Amino acid sequence: MFDLKKNIKAETVDKAIKHLAENPDAKLIAGGTDVLIKLRQGKSEYCELVDIHDIDELKFIRIDDDKSIVIGSGMVFSKIIESDIIKKHIPMLCEAAESLGGPQVRNMATIGGNICNGVTSADSASSLFTLNAILILKGEDGTREIPISDFYLGPGRVDLKKCEVLTAFKITHDNYQGYFGHYYKYAMRDAMDIATIGCAVCLKTKNGILKDYRIAYGVAGPVPMRCRETEKTVINKKVSKDLLDEIAKTVEKDVNPRTSWRASREFRINIIKELSKRATKKALKRAGEKF
Amino acid sequence: MTSHGFREITFSINGKEKKLHIDVRKSLLEVLREQLGLTSVKQGCAVGECGACSVLVDDVLIDSCIFLAVWAHGKKVRTVEGEAKNRKLSKVQQAYVDEGAVQCGFCTPGFIMATTSFVEKHKGEKKTREEIRKDHAGNLCRCTGYQNILKAVEKCINSDLVK
Amino acid sequence: MAVGKLVNRVDAVAKVTGRAEYTDDFYRPDMLVAKYFRSSIAHGRVKEINVEKARKLPGVEAIFTYEQVPRIKFATAGHPFSMDPDHKDVADRLLLTRNIRFMGDEIAIVVAEDEIVANKALKLIEVSYEEYKPLIHPDDILKQGAREIHQGSSNIVGEHRYECGGKVDDALKGADYVIKGEYVTPMVQHCHIENHISFAYMDDLDRIVIVSSTQIPHIARRIVGEALDIPLSRVRVIKPFMGGGFGNKQDVVLEPMVAFLTLKLDGRAVQINLSREECMTGTRTRHPFHVQVKTGFLKDGTMVARKMDVLSVTGGYASHGHSVAAAGGSKSSFLYPRMAIEYHARTIYANIPVAGAMRAYGSPQVIYALECATEDAARFIGMDPIEFRLKNIVRQGDVAQVTGKEILSCGLSQCLLKGKELIHWDRKKKEYEKYKTGPVRRGLGVACFSYASGTYPVCVEVAGVRLVLNQDGTVHVQVGATEIGQGSDTVVAQMVAETLGFPFENVRVVQAQDTDVSPFDTGAYASRQAYVVSNAVFRAATSLREKILDYACLMTGEKHGKFDIVEENIVSADSGKFVLTMKELAVDSFYHKERGGQLTSEVSHKTTTNAPVFGCTFVDVLVDIPLCKVKINKIVNVHDSGVILNPVQAGGQVHGGVSMGIGAALSEELLIDPETGYIFNNNLLDYKVPTFIDLPEINHEFVETFEPTSGYGNKSLGEPPVITPPPAIRNAVLDATGVSINTLPMSPHKLFALFKKNGLMDPKGKADV
Repeated sequence: MFDLKKNIKAETVDKAIKHLAENPDAKLIAGGTDVLIKLRQGKSEYCELVDIHDIDELKFIRIDDDKSIVIGSGMVFSKIIESDIIKKHIPMLCEAAESLGGPQVRNMATIGGNICNGVTSADSASSLFTLNAILILKGEDGTREIPISDFYLGPGRVDLKKCEVLTAFKITHDNYQGYFGHYYKYAMRDAMDIATIGCAVCLKTKNGILKDYRIAYGVAGPVPMRCRETEKTVINKKVSKDLLDEIAKTVEKDVNPRTSWRASREFRINIIKELSKRATKKALKRAGEKF
Repeated sequence: MTSHGFREITFSINGKEKKLHIDVRKSLLEVLREQLGLTSVKQGCAVGECGACSVLVDDVLIDSCIFLAVWAHGKKVRTVEGEAKNRKLSKVQQAYVDEGAVQCGFCTPGFIMATTSFVEKHKGEKKTREEIRKDHAGNLCRCTGYQNILKAVEKCINSDLVK
Repeated sequence: MAVGKLVNRVDAVAKVTGRAEYTDDFYRPDMLVAKYFRSSIAHGRVKEINVEKARKLPGVEAIFTYEQVPRIKFATAGHPFSMDPDHKDVADRLLLTRNIRFMGDEIAIVVAEDEIVANKALKLIEVSYEEYKPLIHPDDILKQGAREIHQGSSNIVGEHRYECGGKVDDALKGADYVIKGEYVTPMVQHCHIENHISFAYMDDLDRIVIVSSTQIPHIARRIVGEALDIPLSRVRVIKPFMGGGFGNKQDVVLEPMVAFLTLKLDGRAVQINLSREECMTGTRTRHPFHVQVKTGFLKDGTMVARKMDVLSVTGGYASHGHSVAAAGGSKSSFLYPRMAIEYHARTIYANIPVAGAMRAYGSPQVIYALECATEDAARFIGMDPIEFRLKNIVRQGDVAQVTGKEILSCGLSQCLLKGKELIHWDRKKKEYEKYKTGPVRRGLGVACFSYASGTYPVCVEVAGVRLVLNQDGTVHVQVGATEIGQGSDTVVAQMVAETLGFPFENVRVVQAQDTDVSPFDTGAYASRQAYVVSNAVFRAATSLREKILDYACLMTGEKHGKFDIVEENIVSADSGKFVLTMKELAVDSFYHKERGGQLTSEVSHKTTTNAPVFGCTFVDVLVDIPLCKVKINKIVNVHDSGVILNPVQAGGQVHGGVSMGIGAALSEELLIDPETGYIFNNNLLDYKVPTFIDLPEINHEFVETFEPTSGYGNKSLGEPPVITPPPAIRNAVLDATGVSINTLPMSPHKLFALFKKNGLMDPKGKADV
């Protein structure tokens, strides 16, 4: 039994916002795979909940007229994996979704929750970073949009204002069309595990030249992060084995992993470097590059 | 009633409509075990790490320990108690028996629900061992090394292919 | 004929339909729940405890602290009572304690109407400690003047030394080479999916009924009596279906407390259902071992001497104490019996979770060290590791050095040859020569083991069986041997059917051991049951068979020896002709007004032999050096467990053991903060039990020998499969990379450190992985 004081069911996003306004201590619960565990651990800040589990308007994946792909925050990971739109246009997001937990968790956990809990190991985050995903947030004063990279404020802290609900993720056409990517999760187990390091690469090539390159990590710092210096260094360079080594070398300067009982900084850096090569190589292969 | 306390929910459990007065603080696991006596639903970790409490909600496999009972309202819930019909085991149950996939049996009901959802979802499809492993990775078993469970799942998949 | 046949488990249908009832399934709405108040420090003493606020919380029924429990120290190990005063388990535990010996030690207990109230009450308990520095590393524990974790113990629980097969120091002098090695195994946990759970109530004014997930109902009954100072006949222990134990439930963890609580609460039902987190650190673990091995051998590969020095860490309480290190030494000694062996072991206390019995009881630790050392010796002289082992291993007719008994059945060399073939040793050895450089390497490894069938002559080995012929001509069987998921009920039914000549389906083993009803047997441990029960079953079934045939004579007026039992009928022994059905005979025996009576047979038998068993693991690995990961391409276990009673169930035992062995080899370890004694990963997310996707296909094979001391030729099998995967994988990683990993588990973190040290982590990197 969960030590819940209040569990207020919201039928719509607007009602959820209203309930949040009326219950200033309440937190949102969607899939429940994080919140209920925290509640069981005795974290009393989760004892008042606004329940958005069954809000249908958050459960969709569509392509808008401007060809943006929009993913409702209430989409569970298994539905993302099965989505024809995602499979066709952003297969790396399927890889990220598939790497998360086990089947049951993927059937319950939502992409919105994965981002809003603010943890650096969130499997979907690094892919969304490389896709320049935009978050759509709805609050009492209407809707606002911010890039995912601005959403993370610190470990466990995100820019979700009072009475706000993250409603969707938008990936604009210019951020997926012509891009090839790969998500590589490194963990101690191949399922039911949190990433020791998660690495997402998304790139575009033309005539053997790296026209655009984006690389992002989970657990390489306090929050998910892009490696901007590395990206700047390698864009417009020729695709080669040496380039992979250069990426691995440069990426070390971008990241700042910490030592914890789960893994040492040194070990994580080793994996960060190695994954940069492997994820990039896979993405390049998908882009049809031979080298 | 929308806040704390009790709520009335209506749902289908193993094919039968049920109306229940439930404490909103309870997990589906607790309601199934304590109010309906469906004790096949086992608790092994209470945090979604072992899969022993797996049930199907609208034919989707979930961990009932981290699923609020109120969320079952209006849905169709299946547990292993409903799988054998007319004193005959389901195909999945029979395969577990025949392949020696059962030892202590504590993870078995959850595993059978995982396999049931897997074979129903992929009926008629050929599935690799890797796909079977991946789609059963949310259920832990400490007795079998999963070896005979794999055989049981393969048997179910293959029997569908023959038909 | 049912032995050796493919028959399904007798309880499989109950389990797949969810009808099998486990301890938590006996739900009683009026049942109270109890929760321990555990220490938040690893070493110290409670200065003051105040439970008044907690007691006032509505819904709290009672709170007990260390002040309110009996001042009776008791031992928790699930061993039979020993009549030898020198061989008693260490009684170092009270129901609740003021002296804190590990983080999570039990100081007080709250009884409440539900879990939420109990948890809230725990938060209201105020406690202050006098803190001592946690003693975690052996050097600190054994340092002169170190604080005694248990007063008067010098922090040593037990110590012994033996020498056999000659003088080891002389033999070492005569060796061409002597190599030394040090090997360390970590604290691992059983992780049975059903946590520890017990409840108790009183069924009259002074009788306590305990329902518990235990491997040892009869032993639990005795220990509850000892801990509470009440006659054991006033205690009844019922073991329903249980969700695994692996040794962790061969210990009395919750039973004395639930019995105490129901006594105090006027017989109300009280349940303790440990959370996973509590179960992982508050019950038992596997003893971490530090082992030093010195091996002396000749140029031709003959091993002549082995000296082992073992340090076993038992944690905050003795539990199984020194028995684990002692058993590890003696059961492994059958393996290479033609050399001088010295074995010295000490077991020490530490401020870490309590270690107890775990699958194969000391052997995984000792054999890991021994088979790493054997590999190192073979490599030292450049000899093929299989050849080296074949030269030195035990053969049928060898005399076991520790017991002086002849080894009557041994198929180890056939096991090695079979495994060699199954892994394609020669072909792959050649093929993998080109994978000894670069980022991805491949290698092969082997390790072998010996183990025992039970605990004799260290402990009594007694098994009880009762057979009853039912009115419908079927037979009911009651056994004390405890079904914990390993399938003992099924093989008992097979044995009964085999000897009676009945169809397997007509033999029903009564599920659930109940100390009021079940014949005496000490329980499920030491891979003893099928071996020890076999002689009891054989005698009981033979006796019932004779009674049935005699009764047939009585009914028909024929002479003794005229009849036989075939399936459900009595037939003529000569012609095989039908005489009467078993049902007709049974009905007559029950209801004839002048003759007969219920036909039954009961045997309690003590086994005074102990058959060694043998086997090996072969493994083919791929090592991804930059990622520091080991992938198992193929793993094969080959066992000599005598006659295989049930091939599918036996295979299942091997699969489970191998999977646990792979976990121990590559990923499993309870991580301790060396400063505070805190356990970082007491849950199934952070403690890396292999999931479905983490395990390779597990292959197994049996070399069937016939063990003459057993009722049906069978020997032990339950625990042994867990023993050799870790050393075999270590040897394969060594083969692949040239790096010896002498500390388990071979996790990526450890591989990273060692690969780096050995210059394998190429700083330039290679892109073509």
